[in-house]
Amino acid sequence: MPHLVQDIAAFIPLDRILHSREDLLAYGYDGTAALHGVAAAVVMVQTTAEVQALVKYCAEHGIAVVGRGSGTGLSGGSVPSNGCVVLCLTQMDKVLELDEKNLTIFVECGVITAKVAEIADGVGLLYPPDPGSMRISTIGGNVAENSGGLRGLKYGITRDYVMGMEVVLADGSLVWLGNKCVKDVAGYSMKDIFIGSEGTLGIITKILLKLVPRPQAKKTMLATYSRMDAAAETVSAIIAAKIIPCTLEFLDKITLNCVEDYAKIGLPRDAEAILLMEADGHPAAVEDQAAKMVEIAKQCGATDVQIARDADEATRLASARRTAFSALARVSPTTILEDATVPRSELTKMIRFVQEVGARHRLKIGTFGHMGDGNLHPTFLTDEKNLDEMTRVEIAMKEIFDFAISLGGTITGEHGVGLAKKPFLPAAIGEASLGLMKKLKAALDPKGILNPGKIFD
Amino acid sequence: MHSPTIESPLPPSPGAKPIYLKDLDFGVLAQCIHCGLCLPTCPTYDDTKLERHSPRGRIQLMKNVAEGRLDVTKTFAEEMYFCLGCLACETACPAGVDYTRMFEEARGDIERTGVLNTESRSWIRGLLLRGVFTRPWLLRLIGRGMYLYQASGADRLVRKLALIRLAPKNLQELEPLAPRIRPDFSDDLIGEIETPAAKARARVGMLTGCVQDLTYSHVNRDTVDVLIANGCEVVTPRMQHCCGSLHGHNGEIEIAKDMARRNIDAMERSAGSLDDLDAILTNAGGCGSHLKHYDHLLDDDPRYAARAVQWSAKVRDIHEFLVTLGIVKPTHSLAEPDGKPLEVTYHESCHLCHGQKITKQPRDLLKLIPGVKLVELAESSWCCGSAGVYNITQPEMSMKLLARKMANIAKTKASVVANGNPGCSVQLEFGTRKHGSDVEIAHPMTLLARSYRGKRQCGFQN
Repeated sequence: MPHLVQDIAAFIPLDRILHSREDLLAYGYDGTAALHGVAAAVVMVQTTAEVQALVKYCAEHGIAVVGRGSGTGLSGGSVPSNGCVVLCLTQMDKVLELDEKNLTIFVECGVITAKVAEIADGVGLLYPPDPGSMRISTIGGNVAENSGGLRGLKYGITRDYVMGMEVVLADGSLVWLGNKCVKDVAGYSMKDIFIGSEGTLGIITKILLKLVPRPQAKKTMLATYSRMDAAAETVSAIIAAKIIPCTLEFLDKITLNCVEDYAKIGLPRDAEAILLMEADGHPAAVEDQAAKMVEIAKQCGATDVQIARDADEATRLASARRTAFSALARVSPTTILEDATVPRSELTKMIRFVQEVGARHRLKIGTFGHMGDGNLHPTFLTDEKNLDEMTRVEIAMKEIFDFAISLGGTITGEHGVGLAKKPFLPAAIGEASLGLMKKLKAALDPKGILNPGKIFD
Repeated sequence: MHSPTIESPLPPSPGAKPIYLKDLDFGVLAQCIHCGLCLPTCPTYDDTKLERHSPRGRIQLMKNVAEGRLDVTKTFAEEMYFCLGCLACETACPAGVDYTRMFEEARGDIERTGVLNTESRSWIRGLLLRGVFTRPWLLRLIGRGMYLYQASGADRLVRKLALIRLAPKNLQELEPLAPRIRPDFSDDLIGEIETPAAKARARVGMLTGCVQDLTYSHVNRDTVDVLIANGCEVVTPRMQHCCGSLHGHNGEIEIAKDMARRNIDAMERSAGSLDDLDAILTNAGGCGSHLKHYDHLLDDDPRYAARAVQWSAKVRDIHEFLVTLGIVKPTHSLAEPDGKPLEVTYHESCHLCHGQKITKQPRDLLKLIPGVKLVELAESSWCCGSAGVYNITQPEMSMKLLARKMANIAKTKASVVANGNPGCSVQLEFGTRKHGSDVEIAHPMTLLARSYRGKRQCGFQN
């Protein structure tokens, strides 16, 4: 038995310390293409005290600690660095409190996102953030990556629902940040520093989340287009008409055909693009908004707009949309997903640019995304064994990022930087901003043991 | 990749034996993008929350074996046999990963390298997979012996006198799992060619299976009765072989091929030729899933490849076939004596719902039966733990899954659990004994046949 394992076994039962070659390979990746690493051990923790003991031990011995939930991240944030200890939090999965008077839920970090949503739904409430992987992603992972989802447009993202958290710091000490108050300006909003910190500043172990009343009514529509940019124009026009639907999801022809291959729900295969639109709220307001959205879609050139017959059909459409990224993997051996995001007024320009880049570099790109947020997922369908093509992919990717930045956009809307976007971060945020991030990191994790090499070096 | 890839430091292992996985097309292995959407549907991941026990974890290990970074180790082999092979991951996978193919090749590699070989394992595997399940006469002879053991009451006597403790430990543990063996086999109950009264709507080949034949031969008779009631001429070859799915799923690919060839030959002998059949039918979900893949299995056999393609094109699960044909509405009510509807719930065989994607048809057929009320079963497509021989090889996990299934069944308050696979039936019947439930386990064809006949019983014990 390696030394490390023996040491850790002093404070964590041996059967929860994995170190066989097979186990290490099985924890060598997350949901990101082509990134692998091999840890020295994977430790399944069950309590905050165990997290503290493990982090303290690693700090004392200068061993890297990589936090991990279900491993569905899309920027390599939880891919282990070689020789690190993976701190796996899926077994810390207790729901601690549902407070219907204050509309909050208090959970351990390993609770599955969909479970939070189900519990809220059970008492007429809504937990809005709904990332594609919500049936398996952990809430801790969502907070660490500040995940988005299909409803960001109206309801915002994970950050907007975090009211408090328990965090284990880099020396193993424990802090509680936040509370159940809607208003709280006592000092810096420290919890916000940890949201989206990708496991580089601390290990989030417990989370207090805000819930909202579940909307009374919902209407789901599917608009079909013979031109991609007409869909983008529709989105810009809806926003400009001062309507905030809860969802405006875009799928191009390649993507919708892959989704249809899998889900078989009758999507229009001949369309160049489709928009999945959803309005929710008070029944009268929903009717009104939906009617206006249908009208705008038609004015912008939609060839057809269908309204979902019932809740089942609406759910099927949304569930199918959630599979878009994985379904695109049907096409080619390697699927590289991007996350470029622009202000919504610039969507049409961005969509045209992605099309043009794909054609110029002879690349197959499937594009889908949360168009209402300006958040696009141009996805390269390629083959990592074709080196010539991979070179073109890299060039195209850089051009797309540069263009997004030139439009006032960002390199990642919801997946995080991790390893995958690290090379592009300096250009996106500038040296001063990067320098500030590095100072913060040095202050909170002076030994650099927490998820080293992620976001920046 | 656009950012520095951390390369695995594990070097290729020197001098490894040739590996099936290594011959797999890169595309098959690369199809998995480890997104994790399969995780919540995997019974072994759900129970353990360990990545190695998940579909993408196993695929990652297989990929590492294929790329030479991992040997076929004992741990790898145990992992591949810890997998139920329920294929829930294939249903969940938007990317269309062919898990079945990888998993069968991996088990083939495990058997070729022999990492799990122990004297008793090799002996039992040799006896069952090579000895018994390749010889229909021997299988039936053993069945006859078991029937006599059970029918004479010797089984109860052995249990009562605790004589079972004299048997080897393995056998002691297996004995309670043993299903009730039927007094007659399919060949005794079904003629080689049976014709409907009127002009036939279709001519079909009927596969009687091995476990089905031994323990549920009446289900085969019921199936033929339903087919006759629907105007089909039914061709049932004599002394049929196991379809080979047991072998295919357990790393004996060469024997699986041999079984496939024998079944094609037998069907051709009885039917004249495959051209003379509109469909080849099975009422066992586990077999159907395998029978439909004879084309892949025999694609490198010049004598059989073309016939196997023809075979696969004609194989249909019985539910699928009846719905496509357009079923004649069953006539008699199966309502309870007090007039209340017979409450039936439906458990989905993994290889019917995940392997063949047949979920709606069995329910549609059950709903057609007068006096039957179909009650939905929570987690209907979650594996019951039977999984071929899994209940024998992995009793602990199997019994956990069975308990979960029985609890869900109890919640429906149904009096009948319909399901379309003999493996599930054996497991669920064991579940009723173990958990003290009086629910009846029945094949949808049995319920349909009862409705066509207008009485619960036919000319044979049911």
